[in-house]
Amino acid sequence: MKKRDLISKRVRDISPSGIRKFFDLLASMESVISLGVGEPDFVTPWNIREAGIYSLEKGYTSYTSNYGLLELREELARDLKTRYGLDYDPRSELLITVGVSEGVDLAMRAILDPGDEILAHDPGYVSYMPCTILAGGIFVPVPTTIEDDFKVKAKDIERRITPRTKALLLGYPNNPTGAVMDGEELVRIAEVVKRHNLLVISDEVYDRLVYGVEHTCFASLPGMKERTILLSGFSKAYAMTGWRIGYAAAREEIIEAMVKIHQYTMLCAPIMGQMAAIEALKTGGTQVEEMVAEYDKRRRIMVQGLNDIGLTCFEPRGAFYTFPSIKSTGLSSEDFAERLLLEDKVAVIPGSTFGQCGEGHVRCCYATSLADIEEALERMGRFVKRHRSI
Amino acid sequence: MKEVFRILEKDARRTPQQIATMTGIPLAEVKKAIKKAEGDRTILKYKTMVDWDKLGEEQVWALIEVKVLPQRDVGFDAIAERIYRFPEARSVYLLSGTYDLAVTVVGSNMREVAAFVSEKLAPLESVQGTVTHFLLKRYKEDGEILGVEERPKRVPIMP
Ligand SMILES: Cc1ncc(COP(=O)(O)O)c(C=O)c1O
Repeated sequence: MKKRDLISKRVRDISPSGIRKFFDLLASMESVISLGVGEPDFVTPWNIREAGIYSLEKGYTSYTSNYGLLELREELARDLKTRYGLDYDPRSELLITVGVSEGVDLAMRAILDPGDEILAHDPGYVSYMPCTILAGGIFVPVPTTIEDDFKVKAKDIERRITPRTKALLLGYPNNPTGAVMDGEELVRIAEVVKRHNLLVISDEVYDRLVYGVEHTCFASLPGMKERTILLSGFSKAYAMTGWRIGYAAAREEIIEAMVKIHQYTMLCAPIMGQMAAIEALKTGGTQVEEMVAEYDKRRRIMVQGLNDIGLTCFEPRGAFYTFPSIKSTGLSSEDFAERLLLEDKVAVIPGSTFGQCGEGHVRCCYATSLADIEEALERMGRFVKRHRSI
Repeated sequence: MKEVFRILEKDARRTPQQIATMTGIPLAEVKKAIKKAEGDRTILKYKTMVDWDKLGEEQVWALIEVKVLPQRDVGFDAIAERIYRFPEARSVYLLSGTYDLAVTVVGSNMREVAAFVSEKLAPLESVQGTVTHFLLKRYKEDGEILGVEERPKRVPIMP
């Protein structure tokens, strides 16, 4: 018998993450300041945690409906109506997922046939390409640049459309760049989507984390609700990363298809997290506002600080990341990150982790204390001074 | 502009430059607002919160309920002033409910606090009665949880 590979070709085709080695380096080092985190430094607000504790005390330890608790879906429907004027039927058009992470996977598997193409901006969140490949699709990056503040353009999307293009993936407010799309460009993108009969997977997990601008929910654009799989969740805005609760909102056929996969692979999202999420939607508004206000201050300090030390940085209006250019050092983003860590003990993420267009940048997260941000900026300033290419 | 004071209230060491960056308000305006507020006692003072337990300092705190007979024309204000002028009185509040003034008092031992109550506070003419509660343990003060709160570590590298 012919010797078979232990691991499937599909999985082998996914290249290992470039940041693996940073884990190992970090594990052996002390007094590192990490700007490499990807989650809030706040713990979940107490009333939400308390709701989780209460649910345990009351004995809510069972499965829920595959779709998730109806009460949570109803709260979500209300929330999407209030914030975006969207009408989703909580019984058939909403699904509670195990984070947006599962939502991305479900969406891909629900809509892709082998060889179907997904268009997605580059740079973008790390799971988009692997999830496309695992679902049998082909990932087609659409470049974005610092000149456009890393906003994807309708004409760049349209240029890459082929007969196999099935969907466009949008992840704004963006990880890693912090970019937020303008309403007008989204309208142009919606026209392209309509013209070419595409679906849209819109990862809006950072929807509440915007600073001085409005986030436009893609599904709220005319004609887009039917074409959009809206993915979002509680991880970022409510500081609930560990609870693993997200949701998908889409038309009935799509949600049904996603539930088909979800019921066999996940069954349901954890009930304690769902109970806490209900509390978050009911009473968490002010706390989100307070956290956003706090991020905003740190954001301004970091953007100013990075620009001051010669790491040019456009003003990110969303999420909690800055994405400065490191061109002034002449280093590749991976070298920059590795040497900065070893020499000055600041951890950042190489831009190349998020796609080719991320090269020449690093991602710095400002969801960390002001004191750490200031100390990190000082260390980075020393590093840049030493490495400035003349 | 209120944001300037919110930032300072949280951390008085923030410089005007930092505050200007954090809020987007021009530096000159931030400086002007702070100067004005310092002048007109909008900013009363800048202080540091210290956990004296950690320094092994013995301090005895008490909350004293004071029942007062209000006086014609001046109500509670005159008696409140009589009380708050004592340096031992750290705070004085007028409350609704079963008693009138809440006075927090600090001393270096119980005897000192008791002496203040029995010799200074209780004999005041319009004071009808006092109830003294000694503070046993401080959990949270001014929004800060005392003692070291253990913070779970985040994964330092997460794309
Ligand atoms: C853009 C983006 N989408 C999805 C996720 C995953 O979120 P969740 O915790 O909801 O799975 C992240 C987390 O970093 C993210 O940045």
